[in-house]
Amino acid sequence: MSQETPETPIDVAHLAGLARLALDNDASAQVAADLQSIMAMIDAMRAVDTDTVLPLSHPLDAVVRLRSDVVTESPDPQHFQRHAPATADQYYLVPRVVE
Amino acid sequence: MKDFSTLRGMSAGLAQGDFSSVELTQDHIARIQTEDTHLNSFITVSAEAALEQAAAADKLRAGGDTRPTLGLPFAHKDIFCTDGILTTAGSKMLSNFVAPYDATVVGNMAAAGMVSVGKTNMDEFAMGSSNETSYFGSVSNPWDRQRVPGGSSGGSAAAVAAGLVAAATGTDTGGSIRQPASLCGITGLKPTYGRISRYGMIAFASSLDQAGPMTRDAEDAALMLSVMAGFDPKDSTSAQRDDAWLGKMTTDGIAELDQPLTIGLPEEYFQAGEHMLAIEAAKLELEKLGHSLKPVSLPHTQAAVPVYYVLASAEASTNLSRYDGVRFGHRCDNPQSLQDLYERSREEGFGPEVKRRILPGTYTLSVGYFDAYYLKAQKIRRLIAEDFDNAFTDVDLLLTPTAPTPAFKKNQLTDDPVAMYQQDLYTVPTSLAGLPAMSIPCGFSQGLPMGMQLIAPAFREDLPLALAAQFQRHTDWHLRRPGQDL
Amino acid sequence: MSWEAVIGLEIHVQLATQSKIFSGASTAYGAAPNAQACNVDLGMPGVLPVLNERAVELAIRFGLAIDAQINLYSIFDRKNYFYADLPKGYQISQFETPIVGAGQIIVTPQNGTPRSVGITRAHLEEDAGKSVHDLYPGQTAVDLNRTGTPLLEGVSEPDMRTAQEASAYFRQIHTLARYIGICDGNLAEGSMRCDANVSVRPTGQEVFGERTEIKNINSFRFVEQAIEYEIARQIDVLEAGGRIHRETRLYDPDKDETRSMRSKELSNDYRYFPDPDLMPLTISEALVERIRSELPELPDARCARYCEQLGLSASDAAAISSDIDRAEYFDAAVTAGANAKQCANWIMGELSAYLNKQAMPLSASPVTPTLLATLIARIEDGTLSSKTAKTLFDALWEEGASADVDDLIDSLNLAQMSDDGALTQIIDDLIDANPKQFEELRGGKDKMLGFFVGQVMKATQGKANPQQVNEIIRAKL
Repeated sequence: MSQETPETPIDVAHLAGLARLALDNDASAQVAADLQSIMAMIDAMRAVDTDTVLPLSHPLDAVVRLRSDVVTESPDPQHFQRHAPATADQYYLVPRVVE
Repeated sequence: MKDFSTLRGMSAGLAQGDFSSVELTQDHIARIQTEDTHLNSFITVSAEAALEQAAAADKLRAGGDTRPTLGLPFAHKDIFCTDGILTTAGSKMLSNFVAPYDATVVGNMAAAGMVSVGKTNMDEFAMGSSNETSYFGSVSNPWDRQRVPGGSSGGSAAAVAAGLVAAATGTDTGGSIRQPASLCGITGLKPTYGRISRYGMIAFASSLDQAGPMTRDAEDAALMLSVMAGFDPKDSTSAQRDDAWLGKMTTDGIAELDQPLTIGLPEEYFQAGEHMLAIEAAKLELEKLGHSLKPVSLPHTQAAVPVYYVLASAEASTNLSRYDGVRFGHRCDNPQSLQDLYERSREEGFGPEVKRRILPGTYTLSVGYFDAYYLKAQKIRRLIAEDFDNAFTDVDLLLTPTAPTPAFKKNQLTDDPVAMYQQDLYTVPTSLAGLPAMSIPCGFSQGLPMGMQLIAPAFREDLPLALAAQFQRHTDWHLRRPGQDL
Repeated sequence: MSWEAVIGLEIHVQLATQSKIFSGASTAYGAAPNAQACNVDLGMPGVLPVLNERAVELAIRFGLAIDAQINLYSIFDRKNYFYADLPKGYQISQFETPIVGAGQIIVTPQNGTPRSVGITRAHLEEDAGKSVHDLYPGQTAVDLNRTGTPLLEGVSEPDMRTAQEASAYFRQIHTLARYIGICDGNLAEGSMRCDANVSVRPTGQEVFGERTEIKNINSFRFVEQAIEYEIARQIDVLEAGGRIHRETRLYDPDKDETRSMRSKELSNDYRYFPDPDLMPLTISEALVERIRSELPELPDARCARYCEQLGLSASDAAAISSDIDRAEYFDAAVTAGANAKQCANWIMGELSAYLNKQAMPLSASPVTPTLLATLIARIEDGTLSSKTAKTLFDALWEEGASADVDDLIDSLNLAQMSDDGALTQIIDDLIDANPKQFEELRGGKDKMLGFFVGQVMKATQGKANPQQVNEIIRAKL
């Protein structure tokens, strides 16, 4: 299939940073190649004229439903934390964050 | 051997007292344990919980409960959260995740007295068309174990095709029920977006994901749909509907069509090819049944796959941000900082296909690209939806092939993601438009099953179900089993 | 060179709902860690948000109170960034189409002139959890109870020029939020927090300087201190030939300084997009009108009414109207017949002093508006002197709402003596006892009048009407 390259090369390292994915160098080259070909496939949609079209964000094209302000949940931290990676005294633990 | 191949059949047997739900469930579990070693269609078999549910169903039946769904075994795709039972979404990230709550669909099935025997294999986070991206190994197609069952609901499709269960739940984002149904020779229905609650269904792309049934025939699909569907206040995108036909299907089955239909044939979906012969034969059969066929056009079809990949990847990239190693799921060893915890947990926990979706999704949403990609895709999404609206002013239903090819060989497309994405060519437009679409077996190509897709206007699942039921009364494609003479 | 600061505030108001903005968990403050974080708040796989209608109503109420456009169509977006206390990896917020459009309020800093501050917009969003850094060595502990508490974030225009104006603006929003009942206003519990955008530029320059953002300030005093510090810091940097970098800073009240926040450095591309789990929010005109009709009279309107119709001084009117409880108390007392000026004096004076001493909210005052109105009426009709009125107030405070003013005046014998005969007798006795002083008075030494009046008051335990005493003594001259 024909694969045009997007105008500017994609900064994979930057994207991986935003997405919090540690990519090693080997993987990175493959990921970059895949990404270029996927974006080339996607760029095919540029041909469609959408100047006067409104975006459709949802197939139902409906509006949001509201709930009444009532407390319905009484969460049990033990239950939710049974399989959590690291907890203490009902807190979740992560490596120390320096603000 | 008793025929456990359909829910309706088992329901009759249970009602007549031919067997109990416990016996039925034991039989299912035994068969999964012996036969699934070849297929790998299950990630978890929950024998203990299933037998408890079955015993409870038998007790209810003894107490006079005659609901047709009571005590029927089935399987859940491992994308539905099940309280106290492993729920992996086919990912290493959730390989240790025991859900702390039930999905609404899981609750609905349990409330109908149905018995979940386990959780079926799937592409990781439902991203894939071949079931080869699962952390728990690929699934084999029962018709040819060298071939894929399709995806992402490949485990459910293979399990039903192999007769391990008569029915399984699936989910469909861009074809994940219909394409594996086609490749495995079973019946699969993706209902209208909003018909079935998404609460507790692990999200891939929120504006596209929709659960549905995977069964041997249309009657069972109708039964499953009537149990799975329903308004859910916990899902803001759940539709509040009052379709009387839906509830009636549980007890009365599918109502017969009261008049012939006009069936549209979108010209963009029919390409020459030997495997299209099955579709051609099905068209003749439908005409014989009195329906009229009419060519229609859905002019924006070609843009659907790119649009789908923009929208689905964007939504997925943020839906998957919650997998950060903090509250549940995989955490890397000895994280040195919060940053390190995130990056290594996610790098280790996600497989290559998931990363292949997260990165373009991150890209198209980032500053400077949003309008060119995401917004543009949403506009074309409207054009695609309008194509269908226009077509349905002339016809009742649309008929198309479900997938461009029959089941392909394992590893055949794994190195070419873009070619793999073309598997969704005929299924993504309906997903973008949120319409109900169903795949039913319509023949074979080189010994492999082929499916045809019936597409209906929103909330008119009754139409493809009725047409499929009629078609299946006059054909036997849906009765063919792997290993038998075709 | 002289410098001018340019300041804008983003104020986060926790809306006073029972349950969270997108889940049914409680918003109550102070629960055990994670005991109010349900599966939706925890961002468990498969969960979905459902919008709380009360949060929407309170946002509309705020919009109407700042005279803003209410957007009948608004959208919830995902703001994507990773942080330990942000469970989903995104915050549900409103980006391009917020529920509340542009409005403004009038802000009067202490010793300053009133200034109109524009509010660009206010949008609904969910609060994040809390990170605790000092509980476990090498670890940050995450408590997600606050996650999902509804927030209304009001973004001001860069209309303020001094730290005092910024602080006054924060106070004004605080007053207003409590006034219209959308927030409990408890700063110590974080019910209102603000971020300050600060830049400086040479006086007279049109273009804004580069700004920094000071995050998460939760007191009026700290706002002022943090901005003062930051303005001084920026001027120092610029005067030393340096440049200001756009960055997020944290105010440390213990050291009274701001410092750069390393943890926020990586998050600069939020990748906003409409949350596909929530469809657009539409609001009917009817709902807006219903909420408008339920709004209390707002502080500015009240203040003007107190000045123009009730004749209060500007400072009294401002003081009374600035607090909804005080204003409602005042209005109730005036409706019960109290003289407005006297009433304001009593509320600001005696009543406030008693409440302060016992750290009691006005709503719990044992002296009800009706009792205060009756007390004031008895001063006006001459029954009480200012001194006996205070004695009565003390008694009312003890007795509480069930007290009967007139019974207490009787039983405590607080009524002024208005019997001419009895007073004349007392005065005659005093003249006899103090002939020298009386001669001086008669000789024109008016100061002596005070002496006699004082003596009469002493003899009558303050119950004599001073006016009347004056008249009787003058008649003797």
